[in-house]
Amino acid sequence: MLDWMAWTIPTALVFVFVFGCIGLLAFLEVRTPGGDPRHGILGIETTRGDRLFISILGTVFIMLAWLGLYGTPLWGGLGIAIVWWVFVWKKV
Amino acid sequence: MKTSNPRAWFLVLPVILLVAFNALIPLMTVVNYSVQETFGDNLFFWHGIGWFQDVLGSERFHAALGRQFLFTGIILAIEVPLGVAIALSMPRSGPWVPICLILMAMPLLIPWNVVGAMWNIFTLPDIGLLGYTLNSILGIEYNMTQSPLAAWITIVAMDVWHWTSLVVLLAYAGLVSIPDAYYQAAKIDGASKFAVFRHIQLPKMKKVLTIAILLRFMDSFMIYTEPFVLTGGGPGNSTTLLSIDLVKVALGQFDLGPAAAMSLIYFAITLLVSWAFYTAMTKDDQN
Repeated sequence: MLDWMAWTIPTALVFVFVFGCIGLLAFLEVRTPGGDPRHGILGIETTRGDRLFISILGTVFIMLAWLGLYGTPLWGGLGIAIVWWVFVWKKV
Repeated sequence: MKTSNPRAWFLVLPVILLVAFNALIPLMTVVNYSVQETFGDNLFFWHGIGWFQDVLGSERFHAALGRQFLFTGIILAIEVPLGVAIALSMPRSGPWVPICLILMAMPLLIPWNVVGAMWNIFTLPDIGLLGYTLNSILGIEYNMTQSPLAAWITIVAMDVWHWTSLVVLLAYAGLVSIPDAYYQAAKIDGASKFAVFRHIQLPKMKKVLTIAILLRFMDSFMIYTEPFVLTGGGPGNSTTLLSIDLVKVALGQFDLGPAAAMSLIYFAITLLVSWAFYTAMTKDDQN
């Protein structure tokens, strides 16, 4: 049934990760409702969902920029992306 | 006391299923395509991040992206101030209101391909009203099939003609929702027309203008049919906007992998700009 979607293991893992994150957010929301809003250094109020969105979108651009400006291998981009996630969840 | 029942979320379930069916699953398929090569017949071969590398390094993509930002920038810079100006000069009450509203709504009702065809005929140098007037009566050389500048002026004029009304209607909706008391207070204080605009009308229109700008950004960033019918991306590649180029790659050349990689980069840019814009515009409301 899913043949037409041309699945690969790496892309499947990406979506497992993304949906896993959303599932985790849902779990946290049930435990502590309200989304844990706070004012970060961007000067905007962010909830957990906003921070996940910023993290993932930022990762996309970090990886694209690394690939476009430097090329392969992508380990450097991955390193920056991890730093970005830590930064977003601590400060934004 | 307010009662809350989390089971109400089940009411959203049909929408989630619908979005999954018509947006999420196709998008996931695009992600899958973007890392593979196919020769048709539903046979796929792993290609890794090669397509992304190709697209990011391609002159053609840079040029199309540049043209896309230029187009969106120009039409936003024209349509938003023009739309607000027209909304400000429209009557707030009386028999002229429905007439103005209907006139404004008319361009919005015309399908994209019809708008493209209309402007195509309108600007033909030998029989089109505009083309003939400019070339044969006023003596201004104007041929959008030969001159890139003429082609650009035409697609911008067409978009302004088609979509300024949307900004007008939204801005007008914001304007009529301002209670008369505000204007009376401004009159007592002796506020100038500009001060009324700056401190009463503009803040009250902010929400609808946010929506207007976002809609116009996204629509113009994804515009396909109108310039495709009007100029076909030409002359040369001068009006090949991003989506026209994307369709050329995906359907013209049937390069699904590169097209998928291109779509995802395109999608990421749209998402980033929309998010940044929305966040910036709604920032003040949070305090």
